[in-house]
Amino acid sequence: MNLLLAITVGFLYAAGIYMLLRRSFVKLILGLALLGHATNLLIFTIGGVERAAPPLIPYGEKVLSGDYANPLPQALVLTAIVIGLATSAFAIVLMRRAYVLVGTDDVDELVTTDK
Amino acid sequence: MISSLILRTATRYLFPIILLFALFALFRGHNEPGGGFVGGLLAASAFILYIFAFGIKRAKASLGVQPISLIGIGLSCAAGSALIAPLVTGQPFMTALWGETDIPSIGKLSTPLLFDIGVMFVVIGVILLIIFTLAEEDEKLNFLNQSD
Amino acid sequence: MIVVLPILTPLITALIGLIAWGNSRIQRLASVVGSAVGVVIAVILLLTVQENGIQVLYVGNWVAPFGITLVADLFSAIMVTITAFMGLMVAIYALVDIDKDLEVVGYHSLYQFLLVGVTGSFLTGDLFNLFVWFEIMLLSSFVMLTLMGKRAQIEGAVKYVIMNMLSSVIFLASIGLLYGVTGTVNMADLANRVSSAADQRLSLIISLAMLFTVAFGMKAAIFPLFSWLPASYHTPPTAITTIFGALLTKVGVYALIRVYTLIFNTPEIFNYAQIILLLAAGLTMVIGVFGAVAQYGFRRLLSFHIVSQIGYLIMGLAIFTVASLAGTIFYLVHVILAKSALFLVSGIVYRLTGTYDLKKLGGFYHNNMALSMLFFIPAIALAGIPPLSGFWAKFAIIKAGLEAGNYWIIGTGLFVSVFTLYSMIKIWTYAFMRKRPDAYQAPLNTIPASEARLLWIPTVVIGLATILMGIFAGPLFELSTAAAEQLMNTEMYITAVLGGTQ
Repeated sequence: MNLLLAITVGFLYAAGIYMLLRRSFVKLILGLALLGHATNLLIFTIGGVERAAPPLIPYGEKVLSGDYANPLPQALVLTAIVIGLATSAFAIVLMRRAYVLVGTDDVDELVTTDK
Repeated sequence: MISSLILRTATRYLFPIILLFALFALFRGHNEPGGGFVGGLLAASAFILYIFAFGIKRAKASLGVQPISLIGIGLSCAAGSALIAPLVTGQPFMTALWGETDIPSIGKLSTPLLFDIGVMFVVIGVILLIIFTLAEEDEKLNFLNQSD
Repeated sequence: MIVVLPILTPLITALIGLIAWGNSRIQRLASVVGSAVGVVIAVILLLTVQENGIQVLYVGNWVAPFGITLVADLFSAIMVTITAFMGLMVAIYALVDIDKDLEVVGYHSLYQFLLVGVTGSFLTGDLFNLFVWFEIMLLSSFVMLTLMGKRAQIEGAVKYVIMNMLSSVIFLASIGLLYGVTGTVNMADLANRVSSAADQRLSLIISLAMLFTVAFGMKAAIFPLFSWLPASYHTPPTAITTIFGALLTKVGVYALIRVYTLIFNTPEIFNYAQIILLLAAGLTMVIGVFGAVAQYGFRRLLSFHIVSQIGYLIMGLAIFTVASLAGTIFYLVHVILAKSALFLVSGIVYRLTGTYDLKKLGGFYHNNMALSMLFFIPAIALAGIPPLSGFWAKFAIIKAGLEAGNYWIIGTGLFVSVFTLYSMIKIWTYAFMRKRPDAYQAPLNTIPASEARLLWIPTVVIGLATILMGIFAGPLFELSTAAAEQLMNTEMYITAVLGGTQ
């Protein structure tokens, strides 16, 4: 399972970086999204994938008993996903706005502020 | 915006049920899966259904407040719940305080509950802000297309 | 409790702005009053830390390393104080500089959220939490940059957003990997575990240190990751440019200093990183200042200067002695003040003439002596002329570098200083000394007295602060040396955070 996840993470990173190197704005954002997913999956994998009970305290008890999965990577990933949602939403709106103003989706055209 | 009679009639009944279910998810979130985030998403989805059935204007009217104020209220709830502990008992910021009495179907009153309610408001506010903006833009576009 | 108050104050101010949506009178009042309260609280925090040592708050009463910890050591407290001070000054300036239509879409709340993010980054003792504060800061800055929605801003924002999103992804991945190696994200706990993990997996830890350097380096705008900064910083209104230039890149520098002094502070790791940091510092300084020299836009020139100054800060970090870090901390405060004063002056110049283009400016020395002085003092302070703050700042870093034997980077620093002075003289000559070119002769706009007051107060106060920093360099230097000693003595930080659980 770990190997499969590791290969998936690597593939997602490769795809994301490939997309980032394109000139199209849409692909740029897709690339960033892929990199974000790759990172989330990386954290999830690195926290240790194992078969165990969910870390929920049964009703009426005070502490966890037995084998339970490490909840921290999930908490980290959840936070990262929510933040990723916000940034991607912003990036998409920005892309749309840039498209309306510049009339193209080629990032090489966005050079007026560099002159 | 024209939607089918079936959708409109069904929405009238589904809308309160979904909101009630959102509250259920919120209160369940103490000890079991659920909570403010899920509750907020459910409540927001009720309003999205409302948009489909009756259009953006009536959905906005039925919400009554601006989504952005909901975000403000929600964040204030969360910040307030975090401040109760240092102000009342002198414990560190954000310490969870639990009441004694168990209220049926709500559970114990506590600062995490207040925090969760805050989260719910923020989620409703954020999602509706996004959806309203998109839907209004859509309506503008539709209007433009028709006038062409 | 005092540790969380600097974060809470701007948060509550922002919430007031959100709830009073559309009522710009309440929002304006809240922004200024909230920022003023923030300054008072930050000063109290600084005094508390100075008196009682490192302050720690276990959020939610979950002791470290299990919960999120907020930590205020002297370095954090100094940064929080200067943030709050700049926050107040720019909040006053923004009352005039920000148009009504930006206020309506919530400028003041966004501004306070930005301060929340910056202050949170300075105070957190948890690496993942640092990521969250970074994102709060970045998202508000994204929106502030694009609020006007004109073509220049959108184009600048595209570069800014893409680079910063990429750096966030790298930062998050490095946190994940570090968590995989050590099993913790608490910085004090990491400090302990990384040094023991470095014995067995040195190359892995070094790669992680490099990943962090790239992630923070992008945010701090070090060479070769800086290109987004001069492409975007000159596009929004001056108040926004000022607060970005003053704080955002400095948060990246802060994070670099924090991870290198606390987490990767073992000789095997740092010896490897040092050469890369020195190289980056030298190139950042040189490329930044050469970029600045070539520019004719007032704010664009200053934007390149931000990059160049970051080089000095990284140089101070890379030399890595108590003396050089003390110099770096002093330099950080100095550069925040001096650069902001220059940006604020550029805003007033724009109000008077309607242009930022140096080729179209001129004559201020003859018709506005006060404004010229307000530019002149921070400008020569930045170039490092004694007795102003910049001289002491550079002197401290250079002396530390000589003691540590890093001669060629010191040479680069001095060489760059000359060009800094040259580029400041360029603005001085073009915009102030010479007569305005005949082609662009036009009567200056008049600023109503009520507005002028709000523009001048922050500019004068920050200008005075750069002079005062030069005069009181002694006591301030003692403070920054104490902060640097705390940074280099990681034991103090670790016991303060983990003391209760070990």
